[in-house]
Amino acid sequence: MITEQVHTALQNVVGKNNVYTETADLITHSYDATQKEYLPDAVIYATTTREVSDVVKLANQHGVPIIPRGAGSGFTGGTLPIQGGIVLVLTKMNRILAIDEDNLTATVEPGVVTASLQKEVEKLGLFYPPDPASKEFCTLGGNVAECAGGPRCVKYGVTKDYILGLEVVTPTGDIIHTGGATIKNVVGYDLTRLFVGSEGTLGIITKIIIRLLPKPAAKKTMLIQFASIEGAAQAVSTVIRGKIIPTTLEFLDATTLACIRHNSALDIPEECRALLIIEVDGDADILERQAATIIQLVSELDVLHTEIAETEEQSEAIWSVRRSVSPNMRKINPDKFNEDIVVPRSKVPDMIRALEKLSAKYNVPIVNFGHAGDGNIHVNVMVDLKEPGMPETVQRVLQEIFQTTVDMEGSISGEHGIGTAKAAYLPMEIDSATRKYMQTIKKALDPLNILNPGKIFLESTI
Amino acid sequence: MTDYNELTPYKDAINQCVRCGACQAHCPVYDQARQEGAVARGKLALAKALLEESVTIDSRLEEDVSLCLMCGSCVVKCPNKVPTDKIVGAMRREISNRKGLSLTGKTVAALTGHPPLLKALVKTADVLSPVLFKKVPQTSGLRLRFPVSGHAQRTLPAVASKNLFTELPEFIQGRPDKPVVGLFAGCAITYIYPKIGVAMASLLNHLGYSVFTPRTQGCCGIPARSTGDTKLIEQLNRTNLEAFKAHEVAYIVTGCASCHSGIGETDPNSTEEQADFAGKVREIHQFLYQEGLADILAALPTTKERTRITYHDPCHLKTKGIINEPRALLQSLPNTHYEEMENSDLCCGLGGSFSAHHYAYSKAIGQRKVAGIKASEAELLATACPGCMLQLQDSINHAMLNVQTIHILELISKALALDQKWK
Ligand SMILES: Cc1cc2nc3c(=O)[nH]c(=O)nc-3n(C[C@H](O)[C@H](O)[C@H](O)COP(=O)(O)OP(=O)(O)OC[C@H]3O[C@@H](n4cnc5c(N)ncnc54)[C@H](O)[C@@H]3O)c2cc1C
Ligand code: SF4
Ligand code: SF4
Repeated sequence: MITEQVHTALQNVVGKNNVYTETADLITHSYDATQKEYLPDAVIYATTTREVSDVVKLANQHGVPIIPRGAGSGFTGGTLPIQGGIVLVLTKMNRILAIDEDNLTATVEPGVVTASLQKEVEKLGLFYPPDPASKEFCTLGGNVAECAGGPRCVKYGVTKDYILGLEVVTPTGDIIHTGGATIKNVVGYDLTRLFVGSEGTLGIITKIIIRLLPKPAAKKTMLIQFASIEGAAQAVSTVIRGKIIPTTLEFLDATTLACIRHNSALDIPEECRALLIIEVDGDADILERQAATIIQLVSELDVLHTEIAETEEQSEAIWSVRRSVSPNMRKINPDKFNEDIVVPRSKVPDMIRALEKLSAKYNVPIVNFGHAGDGNIHVNVMVDLKEPGMPETVQRVLQEIFQTTVDMEGSISGEHGIGTAKAAYLPMEIDSATRKYMQTIKKALDPLNILNPGKIFLESTI
Repeated sequence: MTDYNELTPYKDAINQCVRCGACQAHCPVYDQARQEGAVARGKLALAKALLEESVTIDSRLEEDVSLCLMCGSCVVKCPNKVPTDKIVGAMRREISNRKGLSLTGKTVAALTGHPPLLKALVKTADVLSPVLFKKVPQTSGLRLRFPVSGHAQRTLPAVASKNLFTELPEFIQGRPDKPVVGLFAGCAITYIYPKIGVAMASLLNHLGYSVFTPRTQGCCGIPARSTGDTKLIEQLNRTNLEAFKAHEVAYIVTGCASCHSGIGETDPNSTEEQADFAGKVREIHQFLYQEGLADILAALPTTKERTRITYHDPCHLKTKGIINEPRALLQSLPNTHYEEMENSDLCCGLGGSFSAHHYAYSKAIGQRKVAGIKASEAELLATACPGCMLQLQDSINHAMLNVQTIHILELISKALALDQKWK
């Protein structure tokens, strides 16, 4: 509960009608894509950096938690108000402030939806590569806070590779500026990188300076069917050793193919145990050659069938195979636990084998697909939580998956972050001295633990 | 324990929402409001909370529930196809069952529930023209979907001097080998655009069908669903069921995209008889396309002078996958040049009673269409829904473009130079 006094103070800052505290308001801001629910005490839609700063200062004075929120599409609970407090929504700060064609930068407010920036810059022949599957609705602020990635990351890198500078409201309400509009900048600490991936715990991002690229002229999509997951994995290494970095290198494993086989735009025979979707981009004339080289490089590797899209429709048909995965997966079981582990590229087949074993051991379906190019596997444990004992079983399965991942020198999250969902597993991957270092930073910047408390770190180790 | 008998049948559907947030990309209201209460996910959270009794119906909840065009855009793109439009309808019925109808709801009820009243009022005056509209008292039933209070800037078309039923015989005989088709006109075609109804009847008759246009048919129920008027919805259902009983009709066709949803959809509480009726409902453009009309049009001698036209997708057709048929018909016209416009599938912003509650949002949603219309350089903006025509013309007028909205059926009947055999 926030007191009458805090309520009035907030109204004075953002206007009488912009502090929402009715039950309906609290309910509609209690969740994110994890489907967990925690009611906040108040909701505020910020419209200026000044307002954000004033609200944060008030929260400090009164000891009320503040939880930054973008589109609420996060998969790890980053924007859940687990300790109540004020949910501060940034979707109304959604102006593209500038697109600089001379310096290839864009300056945006944090509430701009990723795909709308992409659309605008592409009109000018420019390109913002990070493409999370949620790009049509997630915000750039949320992308920076989670360091979002996507299929194109194999070639182009993740969100952090495109952030040149930030305006941030600190946990005590100061307005600071990190980095700048230039590619080169070594003045002071690289605070920009500190904020990227900080999950709204170190500051509220209110402005973002983004690096852009020229838009590639064309792209070419291929689909390759393999008789074994090893074949597909070797194909990935072979292509990369062949000095070709595709834009995307997506794989679907046998469990995934089993879900979509009967519902697919393309024919996927039973013998097909793994499938790669490869896309290359660049000047149209080199793409033909690259595609031919790729097909030739992988031809010896358990390949059953290859397809190169010649038209936009054919390319669409290939991608529709990938898109059919999510809707069809639900048919297996109603509840989905979606983890986004990463292992070194070469370990993908070992990991898939390990997942198959776990699936058999616990008798739960595990469906795997993802970004083979960077070893990022979307592991989906599909269960019916209504079955007796299932919630506990799932926890054990997840625990084993993460342990196996860390044992393979991998990471428990490639894109989605830690939030609350993975906080318990953090110590598996990050040793205590490193955790302590991170928490020292948090404590120094946010002495009252006002900003998004309870995220990333489960317990206080300092 | 509160018994939400309208909402409860949707419990499983409500629980299908996985809170992914994808609907944010497709909801025209969210696009303007950028507030969670406006988007499907927010409304589904409220629906769930109502069933779990963690919230009660209060004015804040009503406000969020009112922020929906029931356009179905979110449904098509939702990974789990959660029928938010229907669920919002059920929530609105729960609200009005408990708290009575809102002012807009009452005026909709007064008009759509009483065709004679609407008819009488339309006869006496050009009721929808803004000047006369201002003289109409606040409580009058005339406010329909377009109450003027608070948004005097809305431009509205003139009302036809004669309604459709005075223009069209109740039964038009066709060829003996062809069945009887029921013509469902809907309020907008009956009172504002009767010439669309005339065109529809002539076309069907030209194809050999006998056309039955019962006088006793009522409103399709979309405005009533939009306001959540349970009683009126049931009353209109019965009226329309009875109206078409006089002849054995093979199909019931409609030239209004909203009516197509209004009479062609069922809900979990529908009877078998209603389901039968709904099963006969056909959308006129899809029907004509399947009848080979595109080929007939394409065979006509072309004219040298061609009018530039473009097309707007009504939400009620787009979400049912009726996308290509209207275009195919337009592209086959001998006297026009078709140009696809940008954002042709964006909502016009009308949405049942939505524009009455939220004219500012409605107008802003409509304005998103303007750039595309302008860039297409079309003289005529064709569409398949009289509701969209009204709203689009308002947007065009505000943008001061020299473009006229027109129904596809008018273009077709003109191209075929159909005479009205019954005259
Ligand atoms: C269907 C679906 C597909 C997805 N696909 C991908 C994918 O391919 N790759 C990927 O990386 N992710 C993916 N995600 C996850 C999610 O979309 C990303 O994490 C995204 O970056 C979150 O953005 P948001 O605006 O929704 O942020 P929110 O969920 O609202 O917030 C996420 C975190 O960021 C913080 N935050 C938000 N805005 C700010 C700000 N301005 N300043 C400081 N902190 C802030 C919040 O406090 C929270 O901790 C997917 C999600 C869904 C539902
Ligand atoms: S798209 Fe569907 S499942 Fe996702 S949040 Fe919206 S209604 Fe729920
Ligand atoms: S039906 Fe239309 S207006 Fe209503 S929530 Fe869905 S997309 Fe938004």
